Amino acid sequence: MAKNVSNKTIDNVTIRFAGDSGDGMQLSGGRFTQTSAVVGNDLSTLPDFPAEIRAPAGSLAGVSSFQIHFSSQEIHTPGEKPDVLVAMNPAALKVHLKDLVPGGTLIVNKNAFTKKNLTLAGYEDDPTEDGSLVDYYSTHFIEMGKLVTNACEGIDIPSKMVDRTKNLCALGVLFWMYDRPLEPTIDWLNQKFKSKPDIIEANVRALNAGYNYGDTAEIFTTRYIVEKAKLPKGKYRNMNGTLASCLGILTAAEKSNLGITFAGYPITPASNILHTLSNWKQFGIKTYQAEDEIAGIGAALGASYGGALGITASSGPGIALKSEFLGLAVMTELPLVVINVQRGGPSTGLPTKTEQSDLFQAVYGRNGEAPIPVIAPTTPGDCFFATYEACRLAVKYMTPVMVLSDGYLVNGSEPWLIPDPNKLEDFKVEFARENEDEKFLPYKRDEKTLARNWAIPGTKGLEHRIGGLEKQDITGNVNYDSDNHQKMVEIRAQKIANIANELPETKVFGEKSGDVLILSWGSSHGACRAATESLLSENLKVGHVSINWISPLPKDLVEILNNYKKVLIPEVNTGQFRQIIRAEYLVDAIGLNEVQGKPLGASKIEEKVKDLING
Amino acid sequence: MVDKPILKKADFESDQAVRWCPGCGDYAILAQTQKIFPEITTEKEKVVFISGIGCSSRFPYYMNTYGFHTIHGRAPTVASGLKISNPDLSVWLVTGDGDGFSIGGNHMIHLLRRNVDLNVMLFNNRIYGLTKGQYSPTSEQGKITYSTPMGSLDYPFNPTKLALGARGAFVAKTIDRDLKHLQSMIKRASEHRGTSFIEIYQNCNIFNDGAFSELTDKETKSERVLKVEHGEPMIFGKENNKGIHLDGIKPQVVTIGDKHSIEDILVHDETDAFIGDMLSNFTASDTFPEPLGVLYCVERPTYDDMMVDQMKQAEKNTKGPKSVNDLLNAGDTWEVK
Repeated sequence: MAKNVSNKTIDNVTIRFAGDSGDGMQLSGGRFTQTSAVVGNDLSTLPDFPAEIRAPAGSLAGVSSFQIHFSSQEIHTPGEKPDVLVAMNPAALKVHLKDLVPGGTLIVNKNAFTKKNLTLAGYEDDPTEDGSLVDYYSTHFIEMGKLVTNACEGIDIPSKMVDRTKNLCALGVLFWMYDRPLEPTIDWLNQKFKSKPDIIEANVRALNAGYNYGDTAEIFTTRYIVEKAKLPKGKYRNMNGTLASCLGILTAAEKSNLGITFAGYPITPASNILHTLSNWKQFGIKTYQAEDEIAGIGAALGASYGGALGITASSGPGIALKSEFLGLAVMTELPLVVINVQRGGPSTGLPTKTEQSDLFQAVYGRNGEAPIPVIAPTTPGDCFFATYEACRLAVKYMTPVMVLSDGYLVNGSEPWLIPDPNKLEDFKVEFARENEDEKFLPYKRDEKTLARNWAIPGTKGLEHRIGGLEKQDITGNVNYDSDNHQKMVEIRAQKIANIANELPETKVFGEKSGDVLILSWGSSHGACRAATESLLSENLKVGHVSINWISPLPKDLVEILNNYKKVLIPEVNTGQFRQIIRAEYLVDAIGLNEVQGKPLGASKIEEKVKDLING
Repeated sequence: MVDKPILKKADFESDQAVRWCPGCGDYAILAQTQKIFPEITTEKEKVVFISGIGCSSRFPYYMNTYGFHTIHGRAPTVASGLKISNPDLSVWLVTGDGDGFSIGGNHMIHLLRRNVDLNVMLFNNRIYGLTKGQYSPTSEQGKITYSTPMGSLDYPFNPTKLALGARGAFVAKTIDRDLKHLQSMIKRASEHRGTSFIEIYQNCNIFNDGAFSELTDKETKSERVLKVEHGEPMIFGKENNKGIHLDGIKPQVVTIGDKHSIEDILVHDETDAFIGDMLSNFTASDTFPEPLGVLYCVERPTYDDMMVDQMKQAEKNTKGPKSVNDLLNAGDTWEVK
């Protein structure tokens, strides 16, 4: 007899999948994300995994998680407290239970609650047995291990492999709960395990076992419907920051007809950029795994000197090693793009956790007066536009440009309106050519931008020498004259400042003047936008400005700052952007600063703004 | 290789005043380079000299070709990136014992191992000149310098041995004072595809004068220098009567005429890795003469050529999206109407 199931429509849900590093939680989360994208929800994700590849099984240190926030409305953050927690073992429960909302749904893999695992997680009693959970949460203790074992009976694969499919079982349960189709996941399994039909079969059966469990078990009485989100019209795909950056590079190559040489050294969380681009040789992208971080940027600069666009990517500690070469690129005025995927620091810090603490390093971290443009993408999908702009302006202004991305952006994802490359800013490149009437002068500049010519080896008649010693204005010859040095320092600074002339108008979201302006940069955009929406719905006089360009800052920012009584700058560091804003505009900006290895939450920003208005 | 030179030495001289100390060995190296280059190329716009930091690294400013004076130790990285992005260029790297083997040691070994088609001219004066006289990684142990008043403690590198150990496919050695030999080594390097490594002994007359005088003084040089040439017996000495003989696997210096005839003298085979290793071991030995010449030379596929091959292969075999637009629209997509 069919059980009695009611359907309930809700606006948005946050689910967190948590388990041991080997439990395949990133995969479950990834598949749930893809399916939610395809059914048309807006969404935002936050993977979180330990730096150790395989921490001891069952230990607290080995817990890996993936959070997805999906909605029928437009959303901006991966959510704070999950409504649903999937805990595949006691350690995952121990680490994540504190975040689950009161009365939230708790789904547990009961089979993993063995005495050994409980001890590893520090539980004296089994929380699924002692009644400590059932009163506070809507609990579902499912014997997933047993379910998959039964489902996979007759498939000739080792029992260990069968056990590994329980992440798909958990996924199946959630697909049932939120009424999502199984087909995209089955198609994906067929693709991924093409030559291993037994593995496909086992995973598909595990997925169905979870789904059917939801369908038949009496404990599940409600299915939740999250309708399609009302997003702007167009064609969408799900996009993470790594792929978006790589597509930005590729589009820049296509629009400029420049060759791309990407040279990098493996580092978390930037390595995936190297991996992705290494698969795009058919598009003419050259990738080079260098012997160290310094060699990575050196080879990229060498490529730019040769007339390609050199690009490198790294994270904080690697960027520190690259800084001398950034200075050389400033001095020789060659284009170069450096993507810094920020992570928790200092030193090795928190390799897999996000932070916005390399802002000073990006803006100031070189010897001498060495300004460079710095652009920070605001969302995973925005990594495409920020990287494209970095490439374009690096060439237009003959300068290294830093893209200040972070761990949250590269690993997070969102639905992405696929852009039309024809609608992006033009990206034309002209190399210097020999002019019989005029001696070639390597440091002669374009009057408007102050960029020098790009004269590449192989061009007849333009043989010249460049280097890290101070250049004489116009000729580019080595020169130690004091007035010349003063002039060159000023020219190099003015050239970067000139970029502000072509930055788009700064958009204010919400009230154009009022009590508080929330000013964010980079990936804090989402939390600040969500907080602003909520505050506006309470009729508070609040605006939000989200900054892409940190160096140079947009020219119209100063007027905007003056339209509010207070300026709040939330950022995942101890106040670096705030210091810049205070120094630049003499504005008494207030900070909201957290360094917890994760993006800011919207609720704290809301509270802070209310405090500012009331106090 | 050039059949008929159309350029002259003067075409390779830049308009910048040369600023090495009077009497520096670098002058000779610069002059011989400028002299031999018309025989190496007819297209000087395709020649790029890249250097790091140090006295030798000022070299690119004086060559009327393309030039890039980079940062300390890192010239191999810039040169590699340049060659990869623009394989048509003839790229020359000028470095010193400090630049190339101390601060830039890591890059040097990886360059040799990768076999990018570049030419390395390593000026070895066994001292830091530009910073005014500290010991270098090729200085002999016990060297008294400003930073080692009681003598340096570290053991020196043997550059050719290090280059061979890093899988260098062309390893040669020459000296600033032997002008013809210097020219011929530069030419040989230019003809070799892959990383060509030439160690050039160079006298720093200010901070380490006479470091190689045994190899250049009339009195001693014929007894101390062994010029090796492919297919020729390894003979040296004032009377040209000394040679290298292999006793089993052990090399020894013998006199021709006593117990040994010319037939007993080892003939140099530059493609033989064991001979290359053996010759590199002669350096700084009291028993053996200092070998100058091409110690080892074999052709092996270069990094840049193999990279081009992979790119072509990828273009031919790719099954996925073919255009950037395809790639932008790849994966699961959906339409919002």
